[in-house]
Amino acid sequence: MKPTFAITALAGSLLLAGGVAANERTEDYLNTLTELGYPAPKENQLVHIPPTMQDLEASDMHPELKRVIRRGYDLFTDTQQLRGENVFNNMNCSSCHLGEGRMPFSAPVWPAAVTLPNFRGKNGHVNNLEERIAGCFTYSMNGKPPEYGSDNMLALAAYHQWLAKGVEMYPEKPIYGRGFPAPERPEELSYANGEKLYQEQCAVCHSENGEGLQVDGKTVFPAPWGDGSNNWGAGIVRVFTAAGFIKNNMPLGQPLSLSDQEAWDIAYYISNQERPQDPRYTGDVKETLEKYGPTFHKHSLYGQASEATGETLGDHDNTGEKDFLKPDTVRPRTFE
Amino acid sequence: MKLLPITLIAIGAAALPGWAFAATDGDPQKGKEAAVVCVACHQADGTGKNNPNGESWPQLAGLDAAYLAKQLSDYKSGQRENATMKPFANMLSEQQVADVAAYYSQLTPSQGQGGENADEATLARGEMLAQRGDWADYIVSCKSCHGPGNQGAGEAFPGIAGQHAGYIEAQLKAWQAGTRKNDPQDLMGTIARRMSDEDIRAVAAWLSTQPPQSN
Ligand code: HEC
Ligand code: HEC
Ligand code: HEC
Ligand code: HEC
Repeated sequence: MKPTFAITALAGSLLLAGGVAANERTEDYLNTLTELGYPAPKENQLVHIPPTMQDLEASDMHPELKRVIRRGYDLFTDTQQLRGENVFNNMNCSSCHLGEGRMPFSAPVWPAAVTLPNFRGKNGHVNNLEERIAGCFTYSMNGKPPEYGSDNMLALAAYHQWLAKGVEMYPEKPIYGRGFPAPERPEELSYANGEKLYQEQCAVCHSENGEGLQVDGKTVFPAPWGDGSNNWGAGIVRVFTAAGFIKNNMPLGQPLSLSDQEAWDIAYYISNQERPQDPRYTGDVKETLEKYGPTFHKHSLYGQASEATGETLGDHDNTGEKDFLKPDTVRPRTFE
Repeated sequence: MKLLPITLIAIGAAALPGWAFAATDGDPQKGKEAAVVCVACHQADGTGKNNPNGESWPQLAGLDAAYLAKQLSDYKSGQRENATMKPFANMLSEQQVADVAAYYSQLTPSQGQGGENADEATLARGEMLAQRGDWADYIVSCKSCHGPGNQGAGEAFPGIAGQHAGYIEAQLKAWQAGTRKNDPQDLMGTIARRMSDEDIRAVAAWLSTQPPQSN
């Protein structure tokens, strides 16, 4: 049976939000995570396991607020309902943020609610929560974000904020399980080994050619590359982010079952395949690379020769299913 | 845009990955004839039967043909073990396996049994596991593999909605005990081993009350 995680020993240093119930929940999750091989929280880390939808129903918040948070949850886990309007690929938000955006090591989304507004290197200005959500729509969903302040945007933001319930604003401690922590990069990456492993361990769900699987128009298995996938501007095109995602979350249900080398090799294999154009494309792949290399594409294979085809990755006008390149939310802010 | 590297097509054709079953084309009419020995348990309409005090007979109607063929081959080869089913699978030639699989996949499923008397709390727990999972125990939702409505996804992930509760329970316990281990990459076994007896009862009861796939 489960070894009991020594939470009492840590209780002094953990910042636990929400009283006794949250305490038990945190203990449950930490037991499971450490048993699966995830690291235990370090002394100085902020640990927060967000409330569940059952907690929402049981809470005494205003019924209207509950309704809006439920709507945000629904949009997050079934973002395909916005297909053709805001979403132009096969993804749901929960395709990458597993466990409804609540799981440590699967880029839980609540940290954005307590660390923003803040400066973001990716677009070089101060962003708030809505703009962060808009970022994932623009790149990860190859889409067009819902209008700032619209019902859907507000509902999504409310869901994120409620997940952060009880956490202080602008916490100083580093957050346990934030992002997709990458395993150490091995010296050599092997495309051939990545391809072999992908076909053996991933293709049963994501299909041999990376298109995933849809049933009755609903995404069961999202597309790791190709027209149905995220575009070249999405965070997960950085090879280290992909390796971190894969190591910590895939194959589904079997996290941490791949070695570091294997996770990197598969990430490298996927990174060598094509996907829709980066919305920041200037019309020239070399120029785009020069502009966004230093802050972003130095970690991706954008603009390099694909080991799959020999052709330059990202050297095309294909925007996938959408008929525009850049949503108008991708613009500088100056606060002047 | 050309997305599919040529090498992949070549690989796909040359060697089927372990999970893909090299299916022969089945003839449903011949399958119906070969299935006369099966009706005692799986019933004439393929809907099986929930047996509260013994081994339940799974509903085969409407399941994916490639999935059914793989299961029969696995019984024959001993990859999947069951004393009741083995002799019947052994009676079938490779062609007959394909034929009965094609036959059953075309039948219309009916509502599963065994969840009728479950209380509300049990059903609520079952629904949560099936639709959302329980990440506190890293139990991924059933539907994330078994597809929308748990009605199946491709040939590797069979429909489990509307299946008999007794059979669902028996399979999850077989995976826990290691007597069923014919799933690709231990995908199902990994999840089953994280479930408690109550979880299994709850999810089996709830799934049996859900509409099965109607082809
Ligand atoms: C293709 C994968 C993918 C999809 C789909 C996706 N995201 Fe993300 N998301 C990421 C990555 C990668 C990061 C950055 C993680 C990191 O910090 O390394 C991220 C980060 C975030 C963050 C910031 C988390 C933090 O720690 O501050 C939020 C909020 C977020 N995503 C919300 C969403 C929403 C809302 C959607 C759906 C509209 C969505 N994401 C869809 C991959 C994805
Ligand atoms: C049992 C099916 C299954 C297997 C096997 C599997 N995945 Fe996934 N994968 C999923 C599902 C389902 C999601 C989306 C999460 C969700 O919806 O709950 C996903 C999400 C992803 C994503 C993020 C979304 C996208 O498509 O880009 C990547 C990348 C990914 N998987 C890569 C892999 C890799 C690499 C492997 C092999 C090591 C693998 N997966 C094995 C089912 C699977
Ligand atoms: C004496 C009763 C009995 C007869 C007769 C019988 N079966 Fe079965 N069958 C079972 C039982 C019990 C199981 C479940 C066994 C297990 O737990 O693995 C089963 C399982 C199966 C499965 C696997 C279903 C799934 O969803 O994985 C298939 C396919 C199948 N039977 C086909 C047949 C065919 C075809 C015949 C006739 C040639 C047949 N059976 C005859 C009792 C029977
Ligand atoms: C990670 C993917 C995955 C998840 C999640 C998953 N399953 Fe499965 N399941 C499978 C696969 C693959 C098979 C087919 C095994 C085979 O080919 O023999 C299967 C088969 C089954 C079967 C046998 C069906 C039959 O006709 O014999 C049952 C019952 C079942 N699953 C129940 C569940 C339940 C209940 C859940 C949720 C608690 C669940 N599964 C979650 C992958 C999964």
